Amino acid sequence: MSEMIIKNGYVFDPISGIKGDKKDISIKDGKIVDKVSNKAEVIDASGKTVMAGGVDIHTHIVGPKVNLGREMRPEDKLFRGDFRGGILKQGKRMEMGFSIPSTWKTGYSYARMGYTYANEAAMPPLLAPHVHEEIRDTPIIDVSAMPVFGNNWFCFEYIKNKEIENNAAYVSWLLNATKGIAIKIVNPGGTEAWAWGDNCVTINDPVPYFDITPAEIIKGLIETNEYLGLPHSIHLHGNNLGNPGCYETTLATLKLAEGFNPKNKFGREQVLHNTHIQFHSYKGDSWANFESGAKEIMDYVNSNKKITVDTGCVTLDETTTMTADGPFEYHLNQLNHIKWANVDVELETGSGIVPYIYDKNIKVCGIQWAIGLEIALYANDLMRVHLTTDHPNAGPFTRYPRVIKWLMSQKARDATLNTMKWKDKVIAATNLASMDRELDLYEIAMMTRAGPAKALGLSSMYGSLAKGADANIAIYDLDSAKMPSDPEMIESAFSNTIYTIKEGVVVVKDKKIVAEPHNYTLWTKVNMPENAQVMHDIKEKFTRNYTVNLENYAVFDEHIHNPRAIEVEVA
Amino acid sequence: MPKVIENVGCPYCGCSCDDVRVTVSDDGKKVLEVENVCAIGTEIFKHGSSDHRIRSPRLRQPDGSMKDITYEEAIEWTAQHLYKAKKPLMYGFGSTNCEGQAAAARVMEAAGGMLDNCATICHGPSFLAIFDNGYPTCTLGEVKNRADVIVYWGSNPAHAHPRHMSRYSIFPRGFFTGKGQKKRTVIVIDPRYTDTANVADYHLQVKQGHDYELFDAFRMVVNGHGNDLPDEVAGIKKEKILEVAEIMKNARFGTTFFGMGLTHSDGRNHNIDIAISLTRDLNKVSKWTIMAMRGHYNIAGPGVVWSWTFGFPYCLDLTKKDHAHMNPGETSSVDMAMRDEVDMFINIGTDAGAHFPIPAVKHLKKHPWVTIDPSINMASEISDLHIPVCICGVDVGGIVYRMDNVPIQFRKVIDNQGLLDDETLLNRIADRLDELNAQGA
Repeated sequence: MSEMIIKNGYVFDPISGIKGDKKDISIKDGKIVDKVSNKAEVIDASGKTVMAGGVDIHTHIVGPKVNLGREMRPEDKLFRGDFRGGILKQGKRMEMGFSIPSTWKTGYSYARMGYTYANEAAMPPLLAPHVHEEIRDTPIIDVSAMPVFGNNWFCFEYIKNKEIENNAAYVSWLLNATKGIAIKIVNPGGTEAWAWGDNCVTINDPVPYFDITPAEIIKGLIETNEYLGLPHSIHLHGNNLGNPGCYETTLATLKLAEGFNPKNKFGREQVLHNTHIQFHSYKGDSWANFESGAKEIMDYVNSNKKITVDTGCVTLDETTTMTADGPFEYHLNQLNHIKWANVDVELETGSGIVPYIYDKNIKVCGIQWAIGLEIALYANDLMRVHLTTDHPNAGPFTRYPRVIKWLMSQKARDATLNTMKWKDKVIAATNLASMDRELDLYEIAMMTRAGPAKALGLSSMYGSLAKGADANIAIYDLDSAKMPSDPEMIESAFSNTIYTIKEGVVVVKDKKIVAEPHNYTLWTKVNMPENAQVMHDIKEKFTRNYTVNLENYAVFDEHIHNPRAIEVEVA
Repeated sequence: MPKVIENVGCPYCGCSCDDVRVTVSDDGKKVLEVENVCAIGTEIFKHGSSDHRIRSPRLRQPDGSMKDITYEEAIEWTAQHLYKAKKPLMYGFGSTNCEGQAAAARVMEAAGGMLDNCATICHGPSFLAIFDNGYPTCTLGEVKNRADVIVYWGSNPAHAHPRHMSRYSIFPRGFFTGKGQKKRTVIVIDPRYTDTANVADYHLQVKQGHDYELFDAFRMVVNGHGNDLPDEVAGIKKEKILEVAEIMKNARFGTTFFGMGLTHSDGRNHNIDIAISLTRDLNKVSKWTIMAMRGHYNIAGPGVVWSWTFGFPYCLDLTKKDHAHMNPGETSSVDMAMRDEVDMFINIGTDAGAHFPIPAVKHLKKHPWVTIDPSINMASEISDLHIPVCICGVDVGGIVYRMDNVPIQFRKVIDNQGLLDDETLLNRIADRLDELNAQGA
C-alpha cells in the first residue's frame, strides 16, 4: 500500500504540541501513522516548515449567493497581471475570477496555499442542491456547508414555545435533508424582518409577527446544539454587524453563552463561535468618530473559554460582500451606491450582495484593517481565534498569506500603515501602531489549522499531524531557525507551498497543481428517533407555504459528492 | 399494473412545477396519464413515449438522406469535427439539465470554442442590466407568502407560464396572504390587452416601445417629483401613473415580473436597468423585489452553472482554453453567425433553425452542424448529424433551476430504452477530445 515519509522538516502541530521540532511525518494509506517501511516514498523537508493542511472555518465559496456574485460581476474576471494572479492553467480546468473565483480556481488556490478543508459559511436550505452541485465541481479540498437557522420559521416557533426537543428534531432533520454540518445563524430575526424592509439591530428587538427576540433565538439554538451534541457549536453572525457602536451589541450577544456548557464527544470546548468578529468590534456613533473596539471585545473573549471567534481581516482589496444579512447589504449599498443584489428565501433566510472597495486611502477602511489584526494580536489563546477574511467579504481568501505576514511582522504592518492617506487618523482610532507583538509559526498553525479543526469538532481528522488523522500536509519554504528578515518572503512562502499533500497524495509540488484526487463532502448525521410532531409540522408547512414539494426538498443521494458523515447519536 | 409517480418536475416553462403526477405502464416504457400539469406540459410527457421518437443518431449522406448510425460513431464524428474546428459554437440548453450543461462546459473548454445559451436571444439584456445594477429579487415562495402587489410588465404568463399566477403570484393563499387574490392588487403593463391583463386590477396600456419613459415617470413619483409629470407619459395619463405609483409605495411586499416585452422592445437592457432602479427606489419606502420570467424550465441553469465554472453566464469565448472571455455583440451566437465566424455548430436542447434569423442560419449551414435534441425540429432536419437524447424530467432526472434560481430535482419517469442522456453523451465526447488533444500535443 502507499507509504510516504516527510523527513527532517520543522514540524508545527499544536494538536500534538509539537513546536517546530525537527521530526519525520509518516503516511500510510492516506493517514498519519507512527512509522512506515523503508519502501516509503521520501520527501526531504530539511530547512522547511511542515504543518497540517489548513482548515478554513468560515468562507463563502459555493452556493447561490456566491454564484450570483460571480454572475453579476463580469469585472471581477479582469486579469490585472500578477497582482490578481494573472492567467494560470495548471489543473484540468481554467481558473477564473478574483474575489469570487470559479469553483476550480477556489480548489486549486486553497491547495496551493496548503489548505485542504474549507467550511462554506452559509447554505440556504431550500437551495442546498445548488451548494452540492458546486461542491462537486470544487477540486482537491474537502468541503462542508452550514445551513442557516437564525431566521427559520420552524425554529422561531419551536423556540418561542420552548420546545427544544422538537427544535432539535427539526435541526437534525434539516442537517440530513441538506447534508449540512452545523447550525449557522445570521442576523437572527433581522433577515426575517428584512422581508418587510425592517431589521433587528439589538438582541432585544422583536421579530415582526413572530414575537421572538434575537437573544431568544440565539439561546434556543445554543441549547438545541448542546442537546444534540453536534461536533461544532452554533456559528453566529450576530445582529447590528458593521455599524459604528456595534461592539456593545456584540458584547451583549457573547454574554448569552455564559449560561451554557459544551456537551459533545468531539473535544469541542466552546458553545458559541462568533464569526468575522472584526465586523462586530466597532466603537463610535458615526463614521466620523468611528474607532476600534477590538480591545473591549478581546478582553471579553479572552476571559470566556466557551467562546471561539474568527477574525474577518480586511485585506484592502476590491472585493464582493455577500451575506445572509439582507438588511446589512441594503444599508451598505446606501453607502456606496454600487450595484445591489438581494435574494429573500421563503421561510428560511435571505441574502444580499454588494461589491466593495476597501481603499487604504479611506479612513474607515484603514481602521477596519487595523481592527482585524488587533483581534489576533490581543488574543491570549490563538486556538480560539482563527484566521479568516470572511471570504470574500473583508477580502479574498487568497490574501491569507498577506494577513499572516502582517500578523508576523510589525515592519510589514507599519509599511502598510505608512502608505495610508489618513494614517494619523487611523493610528488615533486604533491601537495597532503601538502593538509590537509578532506571532510565531506555532501561533499561525493554531489560527489556521489546529484551532479551527478543534472548534469544528474535527481535530481527530483535520488540522492535525497526530496518528490517525487524514494525511493532509503543507510544506512551506520557510526555515524556522532562520526566519527571513524581509516580511515579503513570509507572504510568498504561505502563498505557494512546495508540497501540499491531500490524504497521502501529492496535489501541489513546487507551487503547481499536479493531481486532483477525490475529495469529500462532510456533513453531520444525527441518529435520533423520528419525532411525529415535527414531521407533522414539516408536512404542513410544505403543503401550505413552500413552493417546492417536500419530497423534492431533501437533496437526492445522487447529488451529494462523496459524502463523509460525522455521526452523532441522540437517544 | 400501471404505476403512479408523484412529485415529478415538468420540463416545459420557467415555473418548473414539481407536483406533477405521472402514470406509467407496467413495463415502465409508456406514459399513460399526466395530472397537475398544463396543456403544454402534458404534451411533452406524452411525446416522451411516442412511437415517433427518434432513438438512434442519424448522419446525413452524400445524397442528402439521413442514415442511422451508432452512438459510438456519432461521438467520434462530433469529437473529430470539434478537434478540427477553429471556432466551433455550442448553443442552446433551454431543455437540458445542469449536469448536461456542466459536461458541455467541459467539452467546449477542451475544444477551445464558443459556448452560449438561449439567454442570448431572450434574457441576455437582463444579464447586461444585472451587471450594471444588481438584482434585488426573492424566491417565488416569498411572493406567495407575502406579496400584496404584483406587477407583470411585458410578460403574459396566462399563455407563456400557464401555472405561474395560480402557483406563485396572484391566486395562492400563503402565510401572510391568507385571502389570496382578494387581498392582492395586480397591475399589468403591456401594450396589448392580454389574457393576463384580463385578470388585473389595473392594466396600463403603455405605448409600444415607450416602457422606459413610464419607468422614469414612476421613479419621479417615488422620488417625490410626481407633480412635475406631464399630463401623459408613454400613453398613460398622469392621474393613472400617480394612482398606481401610490399603490406601489404602499405595498407591504411587491414584486415586478418582467418578460420579453421589455428585453426585446426598444430600450432592451436599459428597460431592465431602470426597472431595477425603480425597485431600488421603492425599497426606500416599502419592500420590493423583481424577477425575470425565464422561459424554459432550466434556462436559468446554464447561467448558473457557467457562472461557477467560468464566471460568465452566457456568450462565452473559450477559444484560448486557459481563460474565458465574454463580450455580447462579439461573442454572442447570432452576431457570430451573421458574420460567418463560426466553423462548426452544435445546436443542443433548442431549435436555432426556428429561432435564429435566416441569414445567420444560412451561414451556419455552410459548416458541420450537429443537433443534440430528443425531437425532430427545424435544426435537426438541416443538420449533418442528429443525436437524439433523453428528455430531462421524462427519461432522465437531474437538477434544473426555476426562474427564481431555486434548484429543483427532476425525476426520471420512464425507461430510457437505450437513449443516452446529455451528460453521458457530452462527457464521452469530452473524453474523446481529451484523447485527441493529448495525441495532437
